[in-house]
Amino acid sequence: MTATADNARSQLAGTGAGRPLLHSEQAKGLALVSPTFLYAFVLLLLPILVVVAHSFWTQDYLTIDRTFTLENYRLALTEPIYQDLLLRSIFISVTVSIVTVILAYPIAYFISFHGGPHKNLWLFIIMVPFWTSYLLRVMSWKVILGYQGVLNTGLMGVGIIDEPSSALLYNTTAVVITLTHAWAAFAILPIFVSLEKVDRSLLEAARDLGDGPVRSFLRVTLPLSLPGVIAALLIVMIPTVGDYVTPRLVGGTDGVMIANAIQAQFGRAANWPLGAALSVTTMVAVSLVAATVVIGIRTLARAFR
Amino acid sequence: MSDRPMIEIRDVTRSYGTFKALDNASLTIREGEFFSLLGPSGCGKTTLLRMIAGFDEPTEGSIRVDGQPMIGIPANRRPTNMVFQSYAIFPHLDVAQNVAYGLKRLRLGAPEEKRRVEEALAQVQLAGLGNRGAHELSGGQRQRVALARALVMRPKVLLLDEPLSALDKKLREQMQVELRHLQQQVGITFILVTHDQYEALAMSDRIAVMFGGKIAQVDTPKQVYQRPVDRQVADFLGGMNFVRAQIVEEQGEAIVVDTLGFGRVRTDKPARYHVNGGNATLGIRPERLRVLWDEEKAKHEVAGTVVDRHYFGEITHLVVDIPGMEKPLSVTETNNFGADDIPVGAPIRLAYDPDALVALSD
Amino acid sequence: MTLARRLALFWLPAYAAFYVLFLYAPVLLLPLFSVNDSATPTLPLAGFTLRWYSQLAGNQEMINAAWNSLRVGVSAAVLSTLLGICGARALTRYRFAGQRPMGALIMAPLILPEIIVGVSLLLVLLSFGMSLSLVTVTLGHVLICVPYSMVVLMSGFEGFDRSLEEASADLGESAFGTFRRVTLPMVAPAILSSLLVSFTISLDEFIIAFFLSGPDPTLPIYIFGQLRFAARLPAVLALGTIMLVASFLLVTIAEILRRRAARRTHTSGGLFV
Repeated sequence: MTATADNARSQLAGTGAGRPLLHSEQAKGLALVSPTFLYAFVLLLLPILVVVAHSFWTQDYLTIDRTFTLENYRLALTEPIYQDLLLRSIFISVTVSIVTVILAYPIAYFISFHGGPHKNLWLFIIMVPFWTSYLLRVMSWKVILGYQGVLNTGLMGVGIIDEPSSALLYNTTAVVITLTHAWAAFAILPIFVSLEKVDRSLLEAARDLGDGPVRSFLRVTLPLSLPGVIAALLIVMIPTVGDYVTPRLVGGTDGVMIANAIQAQFGRAANWPLGAALSVTTMVAVSLVAATVVIGIRTLARAFR
Repeated sequence: MSDRPMIEIRDVTRSYGTFKALDNASLTIREGEFFSLLGPSGCGKTTLLRMIAGFDEPTEGSIRVDGQPMIGIPANRRPTNMVFQSYAIFPHLDVAQNVAYGLKRLRLGAPEEKRRVEEALAQVQLAGLGNRGAHELSGGQRQRVALARALVMRPKVLLLDEPLSALDKKLREQMQVELRHLQQQVGITFILVTHDQYEALAMSDRIAVMFGGKIAQVDTPKQVYQRPVDRQVADFLGGMNFVRAQIVEEQGEAIVVDTLGFGRVRTDKPARYHVNGGNATLGIRPERLRVLWDEEKAKHEVAGTVVDRHYFGEITHLVVDIPGMEKPLSVTETNNFGADDIPVGAPIRLAYDPDALVALSD
Repeated sequence: MTLARRLALFWLPAYAAFYVLFLYAPVLLLPLFSVNDSATPTLPLAGFTLRWYSQLAGNQEMINAAWNSLRVGVSAAVLSTLLGICGARALTRYRFAGQRPMGALIMAPLILPEIIVGVSLLLVLLSFGMSLSLVTVTLGHVLICVPYSMVVLMSGFEGFDRSLEEASADLGESAFGTFRRVTLPMVAPAILSSLLVSFTISLDEFIIAFFLSGPDPTLPIYIFGQLRFAARLPAVLALGTIMLVASFLLVTIAEILRRRAARRTHTSGGLFV
């Protein structure tokens, strides 16, 4: 067979399936990721869309009336109790995320810059408690903060207070403390990652140009670690707004959060569309707040340059 | 080395959308040849090597190995073996297991397998190191293990993807000699990809110089160096002085030109000669200009002034201004006779052989 | 000594130590009060006892819940690791259109509130008239375990020199043979680590199980149910302690395995970093 015939055959093949390698990376990649992707698509994305759909319907005992209505959103946005819950949940999630990040930053800094060869060990030690059951950890806070709890009886035993204080349980403060503890480690990780990425020779350059350690931190390290800080804020803020367990166990009547109301709609109250509307409202609200916080931080950072 | 073609690459193009990593490349590599693909990064040399190995397929064109068309044949069924740039030593296997990896499928039986492994290790001077773990090896040793692993398969063609780039200079030079000897010993076709021109010149029977996906010149090292086909090839292979010239007349395969500085020269036509408004470019290598000392005379001389001098240990680079030439000449001279002492600003006379002037296509 | 040096040498390490204390102290209270000879967890401590643990031994309800958790955990771990292998390999080895949004969707459960995940799935299941059971719980758990599996497996695949698989093919091995002789041994520790991490997550997970479980409770659901009864608190603490220890062991083993995988592929892997 001559070279030209070879050529012709291969050129023909190029137009059809004879050159699989051209699209093979694309096809193989898609095929390989499809089970995982489809799983998330069918069990996460579609259900979320179903939730959104339900938020525009109404429920009559056990049947769903599919006429479009904004009644649920009206309830969610104007009913004082839901407004209250939503605002409180957002307040809690923003507070918790800010406090957590502020507490976490020095640790992340310490491990990244002073951890030496034991960095991974430090990270492991810090992460381990958070692989235990969240439920159990909240329970332990209940034990600590209770009327007859560890904190109260401990303080009484030492003589700091005379009778147990109920200031620390079954209210918003208890929820904030518990959630801060719960998220403390997750905030460390993104900050640590972005601190690790800071090129140490940049800091040497800053020192060479006259900055002391504090100034070089504020002018080089901190700005460069900002993506990690923002990531940490988001990682804490968004899941926290929908927390159910903590308000249920340590929040009492004062520290109830929106997730408790949502759960009620799927339980006794049997008003799925309202539950759906509350869910959507919560997600939209927290996304808006998160976006505001992120933009705020970035603007502040730019102002300080 | 015979004349039988071992690798035939015909009009091979590899496109990614509109970008062509290889543009209509054609090449024939002979059996038993040590052949190098030389060029700067991005020129397509690694792409071509991977297509011979089977890790990529041409968008157009064909590749044959030992007469067999390779289209549709996956890498694991080709009669080629590759030494990867990173060596790709399996970290979870020891040296002997690494070398024996490809033999397992052949089911030779333990004694025969062992014999072959030991033979291969001896060939690359790693005899007795079979039990070493992969992480215990130095860079040079890893390279030899990769070689042994490929050679033990007795391929028709051995492909080497910049195998020496990770080694330091001394080791690299040593391995260049060893690889050449190894190839001559084993007798099979070696195809080496490198961006180091000295490496290609030292080891190869023939070199293909590539730029931007195209093959610029295929020739023996001497021809590629002394008779580069154009400015790009000339420049890549080493320093080159470019001399402008005016064509006076054509004489068959030769042209006669008038140059600034070197007078009238008669030289062979460049490979892709076309009339370019009567202009031509000649090139002469810096080491082909010899310093004339004291009253020494030569048949062909140019005179000028030294404007700069750089000492490099074995040699000295001189930059010499020649009246009439717009750019100064680069001259390389060994330091045997005191070139390193020539003062800047001194007048200087340089001898040259007119045969060293080569006409270049633009 | 300058302020900065004092910060770095004394205050920072002190802060770090205090922080670790703050992280661990609440968790350590559980074991502490699980051996405390008192029906309520208050100070001062009332003496050592193991009776709360022996109470657990005969508790059939708890044993059933534990068995349920085991079944769900193993299924979720296996399924999520399988899906994680596919996804991780696809994302680290191949480039294809839509890669980033697909990856984002798969990893989304990491950042979404669990209640949203649970409620969405619940709504769909209820709308289709499906009954809730351990199967539905497993489905939900796989959703949230897959991102963690992906993280572990991606770092397992990523550090791994691509040319190792090409070398194997070059030496004559088939695709399956390459997978068996090169890929699998290299990522095996990461696979084991993923199994352990997913199992631990599923074992400990409460809220999605709470939403999606039917008549059969998992251990966390059982514990939650017991919290109404103040008298049963010490026994619950005992159970909690056992679960804590189990989680701790599983995660430690998973981390050791992961480091071994990292060493094999010569990456500087750390816990999910």
